[in-house]
Amino acid sequence: MPFIPHSQEDIASMLEVINLNNLEELFDEIPKNLRAEDFKNIPEGLTEQEISRLMLERAAQDGMDLNFIGAGAYQHHIPWAVWDIVSRGEIMTSYTPYQAEASQGNLQLIYEYQSMMASLMGLDCSNASLYDGASALAEAVLMAVRCDKNKSLENNLNGHVLVLGDLSPRYKEVLETLVTHQKIKISYLSSEQVQNLNNLKIWESLNINAVIIPQPSFLGDIQAVDDLVDWAHQENSNKKKSLVIGLVNPIAMSLLKPPGEWGNNKNLELNGVDIACGEGQSLGVPLSLGGPYFGFMCCKKNWVRQMPGRIVGRTVDLDGKEGFCLTLQAREQHIRRAKATSNICTNQGLLVAAGTIYMALMGFNGLKQVAMQCHLNALSLKNKLENLDQIKIISQGLFFHEFVIELPDFISASRVIEKMAEQNIQAGFNLGANQLLICSTEVHTPADHDRYVSALSYILQELQVERVLSQESVLC
Amino acid sequence: MLSNLIFYKSRKNFLNNNLAPNLNLNLDKNKNSNIPEEYLRKSIACLPNLSELEVVRHYTQLSQKNFSIDTHVYPLGSCTMKYNPRAAHRLASQLGFLNKHPLAHPRSCQGFLACLYELQEILMDLTGMTGVSLSPMAGAQGELAGVLMIKAYHQARGDLARTEFLIPDAAHGTNPATAAMAGFSVKEIPTNSDGDVDLEILKQSVGPKTAGIMLTNPSTLGLFERNIGKIAEIIHEAGGLLYYDGANLNAIMGKSRPGDMGFDVMHMNLHKTFATPHGGGGPGAGPVLVNDKLKPYLPIPVVDKDAHGKYFFKNKELVPGSIGKLSAFHGNAGILLRAYIYARLLGREGLKRASEIAVLNANYLMVKLEQAGYTLGFSNRRGTHEFILTIQKEHKEFNISALDIAKRLLDYGFHAPTMYFPLLIPECLLVEPTETESRRELDKFVEVMGLILKEAQEKPEFLKGAPYSLSVKRLDDVKAAKDLDIAWVDR
Amino acid sequence: MSQVLNDLKYADSHEWVRIEEDNIATVGITDHAQELLGDLVYVELPVKGMRVSQGAEAGVVESVKAASDIYAPVSGKIIAVNQDLTDSPELVNSDPYGDGWLYRIALDDESELDDMMDAEAYLSCIEEE
Repeated sequence: MPFIPHSQEDIASMLEVINLNNLEELFDEIPKNLRAEDFKNIPEGLTEQEISRLMLERAAQDGMDLNFIGAGAYQHHIPWAVWDIVSRGEIMTSYTPYQAEASQGNLQLIYEYQSMMASLMGLDCSNASLYDGASALAEAVLMAVRCDKNKSLENNLNGHVLVLGDLSPRYKEVLETLVTHQKIKISYLSSEQVQNLNNLKIWESLNINAVIIPQPSFLGDIQAVDDLVDWAHQENSNKKKSLVIGLVNPIAMSLLKPPGEWGNNKNLELNGVDIACGEGQSLGVPLSLGGPYFGFMCCKKNWVRQMPGRIVGRTVDLDGKEGFCLTLQAREQHIRRAKATSNICTNQGLLVAAGTIYMALMGFNGLKQVAMQCHLNALSLKNKLENLDQIKIISQGLFFHEFVIELPDFISASRVIEKMAEQNIQAGFNLGANQLLICSTEVHTPADHDRYVSALSYILQELQVERVLSQESVLC
Repeated sequence: MLSNLIFYKSRKNFLNNNLAPNLNLNLDKNKNSNIPEEYLRKSIACLPNLSELEVVRHYTQLSQKNFSIDTHVYPLGSCTMKYNPRAAHRLASQLGFLNKHPLAHPRSCQGFLACLYELQEILMDLTGMTGVSLSPMAGAQGELAGVLMIKAYHQARGDLARTEFLIPDAAHGTNPATAAMAGFSVKEIPTNSDGDVDLEILKQSVGPKTAGIMLTNPSTLGLFERNIGKIAEIIHEAGGLLYYDGANLNAIMGKSRPGDMGFDVMHMNLHKTFATPHGGGGPGAGPVLVNDKLKPYLPIPVVDKDAHGKYFFKNKELVPGSIGKLSAFHGNAGILLRAYIYARLLGREGLKRASEIAVLNANYLMVKLEQAGYTLGFSNRRGTHEFILTIQKEHKEFNISALDIAKRLLDYGFHAPTMYFPLLIPECLLVEPTETESRRELDKFVEVMGLILKEAQEKPEFLKGAPYSLSVKRLDDVKAAKDLDIAWVDR
Repeated sequence: MSQVLNDLKYADSHEWVRIEEDNIATVGITDHAQELLGDLVYVELPVKGMRVSQGAEAGVVESVKAASDIYAPVSGKIIAVNQDLTDSPELVNSDPYGDGWLYRIALDDESELDDMMDAEAYLSCIEEE
């Protein structure tokens, strides 16, 4: 039996010690009618060689793509050292650091992560991570409503939050799943709408607890975040001050102004978001069909007691030596139970380790180079696509590393995506209305771009010919 | 105070170690960045500047300060710290899987999806359920999904008065926290001195407000809930549903099915029962399984197979009653792959055997530790895969606590059992050896526990200062909470 | 043995009340409560000026192992809170009936004090635990 070290003799003598005759007697407290015998859908065990063969074949079947999809998960070069270290048994098979003295490695690593993340965001504090960007956003909303002493004025609501900018439809679904049960309403404005600050006026009297400002937006736009933060912070007889949640791409924050600095106020301390959150996957975590990733959350120090998730603190031991332990645990589920800040039990320890080692290897300047290369690559691809007659570039403003194109209306975007996938090119994210969201990161070369453009061009022509032929056949 | 933080090893100037793209080579000569000044970051973040060797050495040295399953016995009750197979990690880390974007066209993901689909089938059969969603990213999310599905079920029937969940006082803290997150109020049901849920009080506590009950079986006390049939009857008769917290599934795999016990919905902890890596606190994976009543409400996506045998993700259009999405994509897919590989390696007989030996190991330790002088929490009950020791007697006699024993165990090279959980039993240790520990290791554990008991009797003050042999001594957690230092700042 | 003072009234949620003059009362948590909690690391006090009814939540005391709600043992308006506890939450441990006081409240209804326990009743209550 795999992984069971017991010999028959071991089992026999252990049974003797317990005073039982066979293993079945160990289960004598389970009522007879609940004993299960038959498991038709669980196959017999495989040898390691057999499962290796199967998995090698399946991975080969899926193959390697040239990937131009972003939409919340991004392909970056991950230095080989990252997962070499993270795969060490001491990290991979260690547990939650409840026994701090036996987990100083993990605890110090998480403390370093918290320091780097908070600094990257331009804020005071970070937690030890949450499950992913979407659930981090949901937790940020719950936290902001908790923090805002001025509850909503609207009937039957515990809170009302406003999104200022295009949000991932998947993030929207997760928010609706996780947050609405606590009677919190979420209203959405598009990036186009918030470009004109007059569109915000009607929201002023509604006692909005918090605004969410994505940067970049889901469609890749770099937004005028300073103005949006100023609006949120405004306080007068008609409008009360709202908390601000910045939903950001961490790689982009090495290049763009970080959320802790957003705002035009001359008094710099009054600038900045209250909570920053987002998806940490782009920091050293592979795409892996969507998970495991990690969500990050940072905040200003006055809110730290309301922040969910684990937090590591630096302290001293009995000899006055530097040491690290979990702190502020009294807010968490295992103590506070029904009144906890959240029901969260895990943090994404393994992924945070990858993120930390990635950030340490790249350094701030390395991260900035990655960000800049992503931006330039996206610009370059966009320029090449602009030369294709049939393609219309929708993104006309500033974008980070993603932009939107529109295909001619006689073509179905899903057919284009399918035909590109047949050539092992993942063409982009289907936004509907014949539009694609395309991403280019530092992993692409000019040759990759040329391959994309010529494949797309060929497919467009192919589909055009198909259409003409089918019209002709209709006419005949 | 001397500090080992990486920031003090950093140099002032930036270092080019070839890990970032070389901007000069790829620059498009005609179009530069068009981002205006006011959007650009002026400040510098405190990421360190080190060579690759310096970083590798720093984090390798840190890792060597950790206890882990690979290096130490980890009898943590309720956590199932069994061996994480290397094959699972390596085979799941092949580049074809690792570099797959979650939104890639399904034709490019058939291998990955086949593994997920087959995992779904295996889990349903193991638990006696007819529907499953692999998307919850941890046990707590699986619980939330379960509770939300129960809510959706009642709402769909217009049964809006059901606002209360019954939860045993022995339950894990996530249970009431989850019920509250879903908008329910919580009523606690006491456990009697035999370790069973109090049936009489349960009968009095159900009514038209009862949405359901959240139970673990075996319970957090490490005991099989013998009256589960009756409990299911009481709850169902009152119109409520039963939720099963799968944290302790390692005690009954291949022996009994939660679906047969009367549970309507449950979650599993794959990072416990299916040996996916704990990674210092995560990631987990908490698939949620249901019977026919709750299938319409499963969180999306769910993996399905079409008439041509092609796999695909079922989303909102095909599961219109779904409670929604819990994660942006499909859950912790990479972890699910590892769980699949584990399930295929063990197979039907291996999963059964795992539970048999897990329970054997725990019962063996129960007898030996009692012989060594320890007090069991429930000596008149059959142990399951975990059991409780109570240090109350030693606390009164020698003034040492469960914490002191736990800390001293670290000196002897064993990770401590779970302390102070469940909250019901004072000064308790919850011990779960798991099936991958050999008899030799178990005997060593008993010997060491005997030595510690002797130390408690002869020199209790010494115990209070443990641990002595690790990289730090006992840490001041009061200071950590009062003088909050949770991020290094460059002064 | 936890200290229980004779001139105070006690709630079963372990708050004590001392009646000052002019219908004002001082509220704190008992010696027994601070012992159970362990070293306090943080106190969240109710907001000055807010009104509370008997049994309502009025603040949180947090130690390393627990965060416990403080309840208002009587109804009234919070007229003062102990600012010293922001920097020195340990005062609640060292002097729970004196310098570790939590807040002062202007009573709505003096008769509510009759619902509370006296020293003897509280003593037997905690002995049973």
